[in-house]
Amino acid sequence: MKYTEDHEWVRLDGDIATVGITTHAAQQLGDIVFVELPEVDAEFEKGDDAAVVESVKAASEIYAPVSGTITKINEDLEDAPEMVNADPQAAGWFFQIKLSDTSELDGMMDEAAYKAFIED
Amino acid sequence: MPLWPRLRRLYHEHEYARSEHDTTNEWLYPSRNCIWQQRLISKELLIFEVGTPRRTGVDFPALKGTKSRLGGMERTSEIGLPGLTEPEVMRHYVRLSQKNYAIDLGVYPLGSCTMKHNPRLNEKMARLPGFADIHPLQSENTVQGALELIDELADWICKLTGMPAVAMSPKAGAHGEMCGMMAIRAALDAKGADHKRRVLVPESAHGTNPATAVQCGFSIDSIPATDDGRVDMAALKAKLGDDVAGIMLTNPNTCGLFERDIIEIAELIHGVGGYFYCDGANFNALVGRVRPGDLGIDAMHLNLHKTFSTPHGGGGPGSGPTVLSDALSPYAPVPYVVKSNGTYRLVEDADSGDSFGRMTAFHGQMGMFTRALSYMLSHGSDGLKQATEDAVLNANYVQASLSDVMSPAFGGVCMHEALFDDSFLKGTGVETLDFAKAMIDEGYHPMTMYFPLVVHGAMLIEPTESESKAELDRFIDVMRGLALKAKSGEVDMFKQAPIYAPMRRLDETQAARKPVLRWRVPTTD
Repeated sequence: MKYTEDHEWVRLDGDIATVGITTHAAQQLGDIVFVELPEVDAEFEKGDDAAVVESVKAASEIYAPVSGTITKINEDLEDAPEMVNADPQAAGWFFQIKLSDTSELDGMMDEAAYKAFIED
Repeated sequence: MPLWPRLRRLYHEHEYARSEHDTTNEWLYPSRNCIWQQRLISKELLIFEVGTPRRTGVDFPALKGTKSRLGGMERTSEIGLPGLTEPEVMRHYVRLSQKNYAIDLGVYPLGSCTMKHNPRLNEKMARLPGFADIHPLQSENTVQGALELIDELADWICKLTGMPAVAMSPKAGAHGEMCGMMAIRAALDAKGADHKRRVLVPESAHGTNPATAVQCGFSIDSIPATDDGRVDMAALKAKLGDDVAGIMLTNPNTCGLFERDIIEIAELIHGVGGYFYCDGANFNALVGRVRPGDLGIDAMHLNLHKTFSTPHGGGGPGSGPTVLSDALSPYAPVPYVVKSNGTYRLVEDADSGDSFGRMTAFHGQMGMFTRALSYMLSHGSDGLKQATEDAVLNANYVQASLSDVMSPAFGGVCMHEALFDDSFLKGTGVETLDFAKAMIDEGYHPMTMYFPLVVHGAMLIEPTESESKAELDRFIDVMRGLALKAKSGEVDMFKQAPIYAPMRRLDETQAARKPVLRWRVPTTD
């Protein structure tokens, strides 16, 4: 699993990446009340706004951590956004994206680096 | 402070005294069930639950001798409106009003909202029959006084802002933003500048700014803030380009800080052919001291309901007149008042000039115009300036008095509001939300929390000029007391707060996830 500075995680399986927000991000946001997901087949460049997550405190954009095409979205989140708080790094995943360039993962942090990043 | 938290606290304290120290002498104290105690915490039912369609509070004679003109469309089922007597209705609404909090009850430190006192003189003026009892469709020769009032208010607004023109009709702050951005869009369209579609918005902006720009067909490019809470000039310069339509900037910004580089920002935006929209929500910090027209702005809305003391926040409608520069004024919306040969008239025709059209059916919020002009005339130019200075002084007094126990988000002096982050709560287990709820138990409306988003666990306090030093000192004592309690580990008190509020802590998560938006008749088996 790789991590971004925007507090998202990416798990690569072949050329499909599953994307979600980190446990730290979910804690900071507080209770999540709404998740807006992209359409399947939507294409994004790395850094584009791909989804929106809304908590009792704030609404935040979820950026596409890599460039590619959305292959699957976690439809369960629409009725049960609390899954993002309960299990952010597994069942609370947001979407899967087919990478156009797997080298985009190279600059991302591993778990130890991310842990050090959030402690700063 | 509303009556009920004070009374309840007194009651709570003597209950505590009884249980701890004096359990044998119960006869000395009133019963737990004493009437006022019950009434203060009693749950007020909805009027649909208090009344029943089977009862009625009025006694009309049966209709006779009238012929229905509804052509067979008469209602056959019952409406189901609750029936109540007049005393029941009175008591219901008076009890509800007693559970409310208002600027007329105590300090209302809600940041970014300018909850100042609404002078009663304004209300008296707005209720004069010549202003209150007229109709927008009356012929102009019967409402010359009202039109003159709009014209005079427009003149004051132009002088206070140093701007050549003002659109009076927008009915709220965001509506005024819409007016300004539509004027910018119209000016760009008139030049054929179809490529100019990018609007720069600082990340601390009010959420309405980017929403307005998108609504007007622009895309948003966010500008980061520096460590001292102001626009990052290097980042701004890097984002400039020929496709920039303009910038939307609040000054003072939402961190309560003056954007010192504002003149350079205006020059940079104008240099790429863009327009400068300034959000005037925080104009209460500038009136009589700074004229936005001197800073190079092209459009700015004023919130009459904040800066010029007309009631808001449930107390009345907003009003957002929008000043426009020479470059944008040809595109101003209709209607607007003009004076010729001593007579006032409304220009209603949008087709004869470059006006972008009409935003409202009529001329705007007449009642708010009357109150705002009453405020301006009763203060005078010197009084308006002093109100501004007092608002800034009060905010700085609050910031300085709390800075050793709470954590100001930025160093230095602030403008009209004091912003704190939650670093003083780090490790205590108390969060900004808990702190805000504990303020309710102390009899205060909480400050704005978690806004602006750029500050972690933000607490934004805007005392306004309405508060005396004695009142501010009481507020500061309470805030200091809470901060010290949080640091001394009294977490439970914060987590349970509010205790002295009719509904205790609300489940905000469930309210957002599964809102119940209407009352339904309970089904009976």
